[in-house]
Amino acid sequence: MSPSLPRVSASVAMPKASLQQVFDNLRAAGYMLVGPTVRDGAIVLEEVDGLDDLPLGWTDEQRPGHYRLTKTRDNHYFDYGVGPHSWKEFLHPSRLPLFSVEKNNGNWTIRPAQEPPPRYAFVGVRACDLAAIAIQDRVLIGSEFRDPHYAARREQVFVLAVNCSQANSTCFCASMKTGPKATGGFDLALTELPDIFLAEIGSEAGSEALGDVPWEAATAFDLGRASRVIQRAERQNGRQMQTDDLPDLLYENLEHPRWDEVATRCLSCANCTLVCPTCFCTTVEDVGNLRGTSAERIRIADSCFNRDFSHVHGGNIRPSIRSRYRQWLTHKLASWIDQFGTSGCVGCGRCITWCPVGIEITEEVNAIRAKAAK
Amino acid sequence: MASEARPRLAVYKFASCDGCQLALLNLEDELLSLVGEVEIAYFLEASSATLPGPYDVALVEGSVTTAEDVERIRGIRKDAKYLITIGACATTGGIQALRNWKDVDEFIRLVYARPEYIHTLKDSTPISSHVAVDFELNGCPINKAQALEVLTALLQGRAPHLPPHAVCVECKRHGTVCVTVAQGIACLGPLTHAGCGALCPAFNRGCYGCFGPMADPNPDSLTAHLLDIGVPRGHIIRLLRGFTGYADTFRAASEKLEKVAQ
Ligand code: SF4
Ligand code: SF4
Ligand code: SF4
Ligand code: SF4
Repeated sequence: MSPSLPRVSASVAMPKASLQQVFDNLRAAGYMLVGPTVRDGAIVLEEVDGLDDLPLGWTDEQRPGHYRLTKTRDNHYFDYGVGPHSWKEFLHPSRLPLFSVEKNNGNWTIRPAQEPPPRYAFVGVRACDLAAIAIQDRVLIGSEFRDPHYAARREQVFVLAVNCSQANSTCFCASMKTGPKATGGFDLALTELPDIFLAEIGSEAGSEALGDVPWEAATAFDLGRASRVIQRAERQNGRQMQTDDLPDLLYENLEHPRWDEVATRCLSCANCTLVCPTCFCTTVEDVGNLRGTSAERIRIADSCFNRDFSHVHGGNIRPSIRSRYRQWLTHKLASWIDQFGTSGCVGCGRCITWCPVGIEITEEVNAIRAKAAK
Repeated sequence: MASEARPRLAVYKFASCDGCQLALLNLEDELLSLVGEVEIAYFLEASSATLPGPYDVALVEGSVTTAEDVERIRGIRKDAKYLITIGACATTGGIQALRNWKDVDEFIRLVYARPEYIHTLKDSTPISSHVAVDFELNGCPINKAQALEVLTALLQGRAPHLPPHAVCVECKRHGTVCVTVAQGIACLGPLTHAGCGALCPAFNRGCYGCFGPMADPNPDSLTAHLLDIGVPRGHIIRLLRGFTGYADTFRAASEKLEKVAQ
């Protein structure tokens, strides 16, 4: 048994089964655990109780517009890539009641919808998703205009990261310099080996989560095995995004014929933006009663692919699929940089996998580059 | 509508299954306050007592399938300030529009012992093919929250808020796993107007297109992709020819697929 808690930035080895102890410690500290679990043919993010809920022995196969679960021979907990859900759903929920109003005797009463958000512990956050959370931090709470709903959730999150042990054909974190190794922004980061978890301690809270866990200092041998696992995931990155000529490449090619071509394939269905862990757009919906005496305002996720999104006084500023696809791509990879100082893409590949017709953000950029205006 | 008296509402049925009228009756709690806000002057499904027109709002369920229907809808239009069609039949011709691709006389000979008693038009057509329609509420059946939104908007003199984006948006907002991507199931969600809350994908079924086409649908891309992933052409044609199969977008798409097959 280990006498004390490991210090921050140490790497320790722990038996796999003791991850349950970590979960129990987090729950005892008041966290609600959200993590990967198998539902409806995919690994989704939901509330989890224990190790039994994790996708033990499952992996995923991802291609443009294609996702399938398969069984592996190794009984690993985290041998899969990012799925259809992202942590955005918990930090920046797609449906959030804001306030309600009610009229009594001619006077309006306004009531904020103030359910205190749960204290989440995120289990299994990948490096690309850590980068995505950092981007949403920048967008939603990184300036004088802070989203209080995001802030309330974000400030109390516990992050248990997992380094990727395999990558999909849709992954390009390496070229976006966001992964596959988690380098910061976590409380604990695990690397899964056949016999043990190697845990890197990222914070005091992360160290405390190891209370009662029988850990040992990681040996050079274990560290070597862990870094080979991560190198394999890096090699397996199925694609690359060349970024050195962005954003200019896109700005200089706003009338490129490729926009017309992609518009023949794009459905304007908004799936890409809604699965993207950095897209943040919302709208509000007011639901009132028949008599006009009460109403509720609800914030919901929106997308630049929805026609109403670009409807302004006098008409629609993006009336075609071509203009909407161009908005998405140029925002993610170009104007995002001007706005927020970072790319809006972390290379997670979700938009590629979950596009019902398999449109690839990387290929679209390549096609523009191939016949770029000089 | 800021008149002193309660606006007068009439509900009519054409060729339909009554499901949309039932959806109105299903408003339950809200039904009482509806009766407080509008005078339900004509609604045979709810009461056989009727009051004469003119009416402020006519809700029309069902499609036009007989010569009498054509006459009747013109009368209803004259009698009503606002005419709102409710449901797939009234807005697109409904499932009975399947006959539009076939020979109705042949059906009649096969089905009825005395075909000479049957007088019907060759086609099932939406109300908007015959008279001007002020607002179309989609669905098979309509969604009761949307019905309430339309009536509330009318009472408050504002435009109803029924976003015309794809069903996919509702899928994603609910966290439903895409059945096309994860299971290879053909789904019309990317072409279909939102409003149902993405009910079918949440039960591992593809969308049947009940709410009709969305704004700016791109059927050619979706059908090409479904063929690519191995969905049989006949299956896609049948899927497109469902409850709103005669809506322009779905109709053109299914006819195109059929033509290529021949
Ligand atoms: S644009 Fe696509 S690959 Fe990039 S972060 Fe968003 S979903 Fe991931
Ligand atoms: S790409 Fe579209 S949905 Fe995403 S953040 Fe930009 S405007 Fe919003
Ligand atoms: S790129 Fe794909 S997911 Fe995005 S709107 Fe177009 S068809 Fe939908
Ligand atoms: S299941 Fe259908 S409606 Fe839902 S996201 Fe997939 S294609 Fe769209």
